[in-house]
Amino acid sequence: MYGFEAMTFNIHGGYLEAIVRGYRSGLLTAADYNNLCQCETLDDIKMHLSATEYGPYLQNEPSPLHTTTIVEKCTLKLVDEYKHMLTQATEPLSTFLEYITYGHMIDNVVLIVTGTLHERDVQELLEKCHPLGMFDSIATLAVAQNMRELYRLVLVDTPLAPYFSECITSEDLDDMNIEIMRNTLYKAYLEDFYRFCQKLGGATAEIMSDLLAFEADRRAVNITINSIGTELTRDDRRKLYSNFGLLYPYGHEELAVCEDIDQVRAAMEKYPPYQTIFSKLSYGESQILDKAFYEEEVKRLCLAFEQQFHYGVFFAYMRLREQEIRNLMWISECVAQNQKSRVHDSVVFIF
Amino acid sequence: MVTSSSSWSQALVQISPYTFSAVGIAISIGVSVLGTAWGIYITGSSLIGAAIKAPRITSKNLISVIFCEAVAIYGVIVAIILQTKLESVPSSRMHDPESMRAGYAIFASGIIVGFANLVCGLCVGIIGSSCALSDAQNSSLFVKILVIEIFGSALGLFGVIVGIIMSAQATWPTKA
Repeated sequence: MYGFEAMTFNIHGGYLEAIVRGYRSGLLTAADYNNLCQCETLDDIKMHLSATEYGPYLQNEPSPLHTTTIVEKCTLKLVDEYKHMLTQATEPLSTFLEYITYGHMIDNVVLIVTGTLHERDVQELLEKCHPLGMFDSIATLAVAQNMRELYRLVLVDTPLAPYFSECITSEDLDDMNIEIMRNTLYKAYLEDFYRFCQKLGGATAEIMSDLLAFEADRRAVNITINSIGTELTRDDRRKLYSNFGLLYPYGHEELAVCEDIDQVRAAMEKYPPYQTIFSKLSYGESQILDKAFYEEEVKRLCLAFEQQFHYGVFFAYMRLREQEIRNLMWISECVAQNQKSRVHDSVVFIF
Repeated sequence: MVTSSSSWSQALVQISPYTFSAVGIAISIGVSVLGTAWGIYITGSSLIGAAIKAPRITSKNLISVIFCEAVAIYGVIVAIILQTKLESVPSSRMHDPESMRAGYAIFASGIIVGFANLVCGLCVGIIGSSCALSDAQNSSLFVKILVIEIFGSALGLFGVIVGIIMSAQATWPTKA
């Protein structure tokens, strides 16, 4: 019953909710980002980060540092925290936490398949995979020649199996098909996650619906913009849009026929939340669209913490950490390549 | 003329007033303790989780647990008071209006105290949980949220006051 979660939530979820709120207090603040943006070298960044919670993870790294090492160690911290929560969770929270990682699994699968297509070594690809999306038998993905084999050999035992029903074809894997496969899988994953949250009901359903709807809409816009000028037909494009969210179904109809960015903008400006995003862009500019979407996402994720006794805080925390790692990667890259003037182009402050 | 619908009232009136009194005393202590336990686990689980990151909150936030515990003490006190009001009445006078009144008074007193303490314990527990989580992030919030808890714990006190007033009505008939 919505409104009475407070009476029974803490039986199973109270301890972990308090822990995740404690983790949230360790996110980097605007002051930390300002310090980091002033750094001259990667060693300065390491020194500043050792004063934050990333200290124990970075202190044993020898100089000279690489940006990939910094990002890897920070991701390791996120993985440790996630595993700490997952091992102590009971149903349905444990299923919820596992759902959060399926997106990374999809990304890892696509990474390995693409890398194999371009004749890269499997070990090298495995090192680049996101640790949250690892599963056993991921290395056997390199053996598959087409999607049917991919499914039969590897993916039928993973949690991604039910998402494959829409994209099993006998076509060989090439770049275009892999991108379509990625988006089809992600669409099925988002819809499945949405249904799961609706089944949980209460505050979790309400808050997660909003966050997932924003994710679905953002992906729809990105798919549209990325497929302008490619050979993806309109029907194929429409098949990649999720069947929930603010844009469903009329916005999807309009987006499917867009041929350039201005038409996309015209379609999106009918929806007040997205109108504010698109109004920040002047005509013809799409680089800062990504940053605008990230800012809007961070704002909504922070709002999820305003309410107690629901599972949305776990999802929000994981996403905010990922945003922080993206920020750190951008700052490290700018510092390493001596482009400090561009640092503020892509850093999204969380508080 | 006794109609079929009045057979229920006949049945209720035949129940001994001591049954009602006993059930009242049981509800007074049983349901109060239910409210206390509910409140303590709601507060306690959040408090323990939050104290990992912010150990300084543990000693201050035990006040929330103490407020919940006070609710159980109210239940025990009223149960003890009520059981002192029980007196023996000869069986010829057991269904006199006066003894029925005494039995009902003890029953009502027990229900009042029990359910008031149930919701009070729940209320204080939920507020205590939010208090622990907010205190972990910003220590200036603690005292302000404590004021809300004090208002919440007043609910149990109201129940106890009315319960004790009701139990004063429980005068059994003396031997004629």
